[in-house]
Amino acid sequence: MATEAAHKNDHHHEETFISKYIFSMDHKMISKQFLITGMIMAVIGMIMSSLFRLQLGWQGESFWILNFFLGDKWAPEGILDPNMYLALVTIHGTIMVFFLLTGGLSGTFANLLIPFQIGARDMASGFMNMLSYWFFLASSVVMVGSLFIETGPASGGWTVYPPLSALPQAMPGSGLGMTLWLVSMSLFIVSSLLGGLNYVVTVINLRTKGMTMTRLPLSIWALFVTAIIGVLSFPVLFSAALLLIFDRMFGTSFYLSDIHIAGEVLEQTGGSPILYEHLFWFLGHPEVYIVLLPALGITSEVIATNSRKPIFGYRAMIGSILAIAFLSFIVWGHHMFVTGMNPFLGSVFTFTTLLIAIPSAVKAFNYITTLWKGNIRFTPAMLFSIGMVSTFISGGVTGIILADSALDINLHDTYFVVAHFHIVMGLSAVLAMYAGVYHWFPKMYGKMMNRKLGYAHFWLTFVSAYGVFFPQHFLGLAGMPRRYYSNSEFPMFDEFVSLNEMISVFAIIGALAQFIFMFNFFYSMFRGPKSSQNPWGSNTLEWTTPVEPIHGNWPGPLPVVHRWAYDYSKPGKEQDFVPQTVPLEEGELDGGAGH
Amino acid sequence: MVTILIILAIVLASLAIWQLMRVFEGTSKLKGDTSFVPTDAENGYQGKMMFLFMFGYFAFFAWLYVKCVPLLLPESASEHGVLLDQLLGFNFLIITIVFVATHVFLFYFAYKYTFSKDRKAYFYTHSNKLELLWTTVPAVFLAVIIVYGLSAWIDITDEAPENSLTIELYPKQFDWTARYSGIDSTLGASNYNMISTFNPLGVITNGSVAQMQEELKADIVYYQEELEKAPKGGVKDEELTETIAKRKRQLERVSSFEGLNAASLVSGDDDVLVKNEFYIPKGKSIEFIFRSRDVIHSAYMPHFRSQMNCVPGMTTTLNFVPTITTAEMREKTNNPEFEYMLLCNKICGAAHYNMKMVIKVVEQEEYNKWISEQKTFNESIQPAEEGVASEINLSGNEISMIEQ
Ligand code: HEM
Ligand SMILES: [Cu+2]
Ligand SMILES: [Cu+2]
Repeated sequence: MATEAAHKNDHHHEETFISKYIFSMDHKMISKQFLITGMIMAVIGMIMSSLFRLQLGWQGESFWILNFFLGDKWAPEGILDPNMYLALVTIHGTIMVFFLLTGGLSGTFANLLIPFQIGARDMASGFMNMLSYWFFLASSVVMVGSLFIETGPASGGWTVYPPLSALPQAMPGSGLGMTLWLVSMSLFIVSSLLGGLNYVVTVINLRTKGMTMTRLPLSIWALFVTAIIGVLSFPVLFSAALLLIFDRMFGTSFYLSDIHIAGEVLEQTGGSPILYEHLFWFLGHPEVYIVLLPALGITSEVIATNSRKPIFGYRAMIGSILAIAFLSFIVWGHHMFVTGMNPFLGSVFTFTTLLIAIPSAVKAFNYITTLWKGNIRFTPAMLFSIGMVSTFISGGVTGIILADSALDINLHDTYFVVAHFHIVMGLSAVLAMYAGVYHWFPKMYGKMMNRKLGYAHFWLTFVSAYGVFFPQHFLGLAGMPRRYYSNSEFPMFDEFVSLNEMISVFAIIGALAQFIFMFNFFYSMFRGPKSSQNPWGSNTLEWTTPVEPIHGNWPGPLPVVHRWAYDYSKPGKEQDFVPQTVPLEEGELDGGAGH
Repeated sequence: MVTILIILAIVLASLAIWQLMRVFEGTSKLKGDTSFVPTDAENGYQGKMMFLFMFGYFAFFAWLYVKCVPLLLPESASEHGVLLDQLLGFNFLIITIVFVATHVFLFYFAYKYTFSKDRKAYFYTHSNKLELLWTTVPAVFLAVIIVYGLSAWIDITDEAPENSLTIELYPKQFDWTARYSGIDSTLGASNYNMISTFNPLGVITNGSVAQMQEELKADIVYYQEELEKAPKGGVKDEELTETIAKRKRQLERVSSFEGLNAASLVSGDDDVLVKNEFYIPKGKSIEFIFRSRDVIHSAYMPHFRSQMNCVPGMTTTLNFVPTITTAEMREKTNNPEFEYMLLCNKICGAAHYNMKMVIKVVEQEEYNKWISEQKTFNESIQPAEEGVASEINLSGNEISMIEQ
């Protein structure tokens, strides 16, 4: 109530450019800020992947473009330096996982959708929300800044395991670059916690009248649970990072013991690198779902809307989100099967990990059943969502193999893992994020994106994405380790030269295709046709707000909700959708409440 | 110059697309098509594309399968690996069926239920029966996978039998050393404080302790002389004082090893250290022990379906029984150059991609002959070897030193 009154008061005051676009506390503007920042980071991460794919596709060959981007120090005569290779892989992974698919994805859609779809005027705390963005921006700037220092950025892999990451003697990237990585991640965690707390509180407290938990759209359920996972797991990463900072700067030995490096004995004893791994993966695995759940949430909305059909098994979908969230906290050990952990513990982690397959399978089957007997409109968003279901399945099934501790022995840290996580996490989340952007672009900018370019973007992306990652399963099965600068040292990999070349060609086509999207995005922002209020015929509340966004979202009183969000093609209704604000008729059952 | 050209090309391409867009806009306005949702033609086209994609995707899978399967790892050269390969085959069979079936439904439905004005979607909110079905069916299959997988896991991670041959694999940036236990079948004790140019694994024996003490004392004398030369109160001064204190503490730790019992101080004497390649006898259980000198490495032996991390500060182990000699595998694979390899599979620095050792699996007699020809640790720390030993160490540290 208090916030509502406050918003009414500042409805009419003049907004300066600075307060509107820069230090904005409006969820819609903050959402766009997250999106644009995430996009910039994604372009950097993508360029990096193209650069190291050049090395992997044509090993040891000279490319002027490597020299152009990296200079004489890191790519003398156009040949990539091995340390820089590792640095690129590390920062690419960090950017994609954290900056694009955590900050960028949750930041954009939690901010945009939560207040809109629950019928609130804004987030619970606009100020904290603004801080969340500014910490995100600061951490992005530090991360990108670390690319330009003398010794190069962090290069111990995105998981930055000590002792490699703790000792500057171990590799150049473990010097200042690693310090900056830790600073950046600390800022990132603060951003994520500020944002997450806000999302949780907002969903709990600011739902409009009639918006019970079982009437919430699945997108909100997903974003809500994601925020809870983040709030519970990011602090653990923070402590892991803090202890690493201590080991690096103050001579403590949380992670270090019995080390002789660069001709010197280190005096730190008693620590264990395995402790770091436990702490890291206690966040690291839930992180996978921090990335995936919002993606699944977006997919649910887009698929239901464009199939003109209720999402199948709404309650089962909520149940699986909750089950996945719970299980995600007790599976982290599957990243550590070959660290020498007690075999019994390994068995437990195999068991819990395979359990996750059940709620995941339920989700996949429910999406497919939603399409069944639907009336499917192929908007670009819908194409991306169907693509996402495909990658979620294709990547998910190989998880069953990696979850098996016995099978992981021979596949751990090979390209099989690279294929698995790129498809199930990277592709699924990226495709869903695109779906979200195409779907809610009219809500963000009041304009429509071009459909033809959307189609071209989808097909080029989808085909080249599988072209890049599907063959990597086979590389992994042949025993090819990841994080290898070159495979030519081992004759056993010689047969795969042409396959690696093909992968790189697909990677470059895929990367170029993203410029179609960029173009479409910025062009439509300024010159796209004006959107109507509810262009897709959706039920959710955001489509009841005016096309031109206003502060406080609804000009009059807040909307009142009477039904769930999925009354598409309901028998006896004239239109094929019934917005949530339409009261139930005499004797009409609310779908969300079950039958 | 090239850069300018590229930028020019990008600018031109953008301009071209921009123009194209204006044409698009113009024509769609002319046709009076201002709808926001896809036209019938677009829907039909995209639906067909979806279906087509499915065939393309399956064909790609099939092509890769045919092309790559002959290039994968040859049959497992260890006893447990055969079991793992069967398990892998079983899991692949299940997931391939799931993968194909779900994709057929997904893309076929997308195609079949493409939008039509004349049809209304079927309002189907949920079905307890169906949902129960696809909760329990995966659960049953997973139960099978879990039981099968864990029984293999328990088998593989079982402790090595009593009569195993013990070999230590010791990594550092960026190479491996293998250590055999010698005639007494016991690996000598080792400690990272003992590592020197002569003693890359820090093996503790009477001889190596004495040598290490001497070396450290010489170091201390050298630094003390330097300290006297350095201007008082400067940075150099402080650094040297610190270094001397460190060396003294290390000397204390090293000297404390003299207190170990007599037997353990000699058991390292007959150990055998080898680089570049190591031999194992076919048909015998091999127990590997891993430590690490500096950062985490991982001993990956894909032909034996084996892997274990090597973590500084702790020891890890694994064991397997090799079943096919290198010579036999050369015949089987029709590749006279075939070698079993040990790879490093945990990111460890710049030359991670080049940390390898050849594994020779041979018949027992050949193994016996080979091992008897190797120098023992005691022989190798004799001063005559100085030149060679320091060279090894130098090349090992080369990369990390140069790149500081
Ligand atoms: C443009 C498309 C992309 C290409 C071509 C690409 C390619 C690669 C390659 C070749 C590696 C190195 C594998 C290795 O040596 O271990 C890698 C690592 C990685 N990528 Fe991507 N990737 C792409 C997109 C993504 C996306 C969208 C994500 C988001 C999840 C992602 C996350 C990662 C992560 C976490 C790593 C591991 C980094 C590490 O080993 O520390 N990538 N990528
Ligand atoms: Cu995990
Ligand atoms: Cu390595």
